[in-house]
Amino acid sequence: MMAQPLAYLKESPSQTAGPYVHIGCTPNYSGIEGVYAEDLGARMVDAETQGERIRIVGRVFDGVGTALKDALVEIWQADAQGLYPGPSETRGTADPHFSGFGRSPGDMTTGEFVFETIKPGKVPFKDGRPQAPHVTVWIVARGINLGLHTRMYFGDEEAANAADPVLARIEHRARVQTLIAPRTQEGDVPTYRFDIHLQGENETIFFDI
Amino acid sequence: MSGGSFFQRDRNWHPAAYTPGYKTSVTRSPQKAPISLDNTVSEMTGPVFGHDLIGETDNDLLRNFAHGGEPIGQRIIVHGRVLDETGRGVPGALLEFWQANAGGRYRHKKETYLAPLDPNFGGCGRTLTDADGSYRLRTIKPGAYPWPNGVNDWRPAHIHFSVFGHGFAQRLITQMYFEGDPLIWRCPIVATIPDRAAVERLIAPLDMNNAVPMDSRAYRFDIVLRGRRSTLFENRTEGN
Repeated sequence: MMAQPLAYLKESPSQTAGPYVHIGCTPNYSGIEGVYAEDLGARMVDAETQGERIRIVGRVFDGVGTALKDALVEIWQADAQGLYPGPSETRGTADPHFSGFGRSPGDMTTGEFVFETIKPGKVPFKDGRPQAPHVTVWIVARGINLGLHTRMYFGDEEAANAADPVLARIEHRARVQTLIAPRTQEGDVPTYRFDIHLQGENETIFFDI
Repeated sequence: MSGGSFFQRDRNWHPAAYTPGYKTSVTRSPQKAPISLDNTVSEMTGPVFGHDLIGETDNDLLRNFAHGGEPIGQRIIVHGRVLDETGRGVPGALLEFWQANAGGRYRHKKETYLAPLDPNFGGCGRTLTDADGSYRLRTIKPGAYPWPNGVNDWRPAHIHFSVFGHGFAQRLITQMYFEGDPLIWRCPIVATIPDRAAVERLIAPLDMNNAVPMDSRAYRFDIVLRGRRSTLFENRTEGN
């Protein structure tokens, strides 16, 4: 049987970001100064950004419980009204004082990543039901061959989390908590601590999106 | 450009997470299967960067870290297009790239290789693709360097690329290799890719037609991001 050729290209295969990803993605942090004014994704909010100021912190752990010192974590989230910045948002115009995109290299000695941001509003699932507030997270590092996608949900949104259509489809219910960051007060703003476990008993849920 | 969810990623074409020949992957690979998630607006949108981000020399590694001189090495141009799987150019895609210098030395605090730094070479750059998805950068050809995996493993000459398309689901980091480098087929990181045809997509051919005589040679490197479904017949009744 012959048919017309189905002429799609193949996606370029991924490769690890390697241990020196910071040279390309956060050069000022890695000590290469004077090339860019500031590192991309270093600042998500300004004085006029709407919404509750929060901090997201965490570390990325490997399968033996060691914190990675060379991971790069990126987040993408909606504004306080649940709108994403940029031209692909068709439901309205997002807060012009919010980037939605953050990138953190992690502290070179502790591995802790930090995002100064705002708590996002709800965005719809494909069928129109609201999703619980969440942040999309992408992790690359030496030893990770293809960037890992996950989501961070908020520990103080119990009712919304219980109704979230994505969380609802996770078969192993005990694993849902790996996506939920407890709210704490560490210093001046509410802080959500989101540790990521790449492998093992408390392995974070990763998505094939 | 706009549309629905992105084509499913072919995870047999990409490297698996667990690839023991690349030792660091052993403890950094998830053991549980990823949860499949048809894209929602959270994955279909993504950051889009404007031309105001890009400085005049951001794509010129011969000049963007120059401290009164030129970097030492083989001057090259790398150019190509960012396409999606339907073959259409992806305009406005942010490309970031980084590399070692001509001797294989990275400018990074944790790098200890004995080859010297080049005072006029930083090793990072970025650019946005044009209306047809094309891009161009100028640099020096990076050297191979040794790394602690096997006792005598050497990375082939390579340039790292980080790519933002139009949706966060298209996010990709990969590496470009150079045509004819015998180290490519000995490298445990290259070998994480299971299909030889997939490896070949990362090898940039020498492109003499785009060389600048008496100045720089050129290499051509096209990058393909995930394609995107049309939403024409999507009634949005799925879900659970």
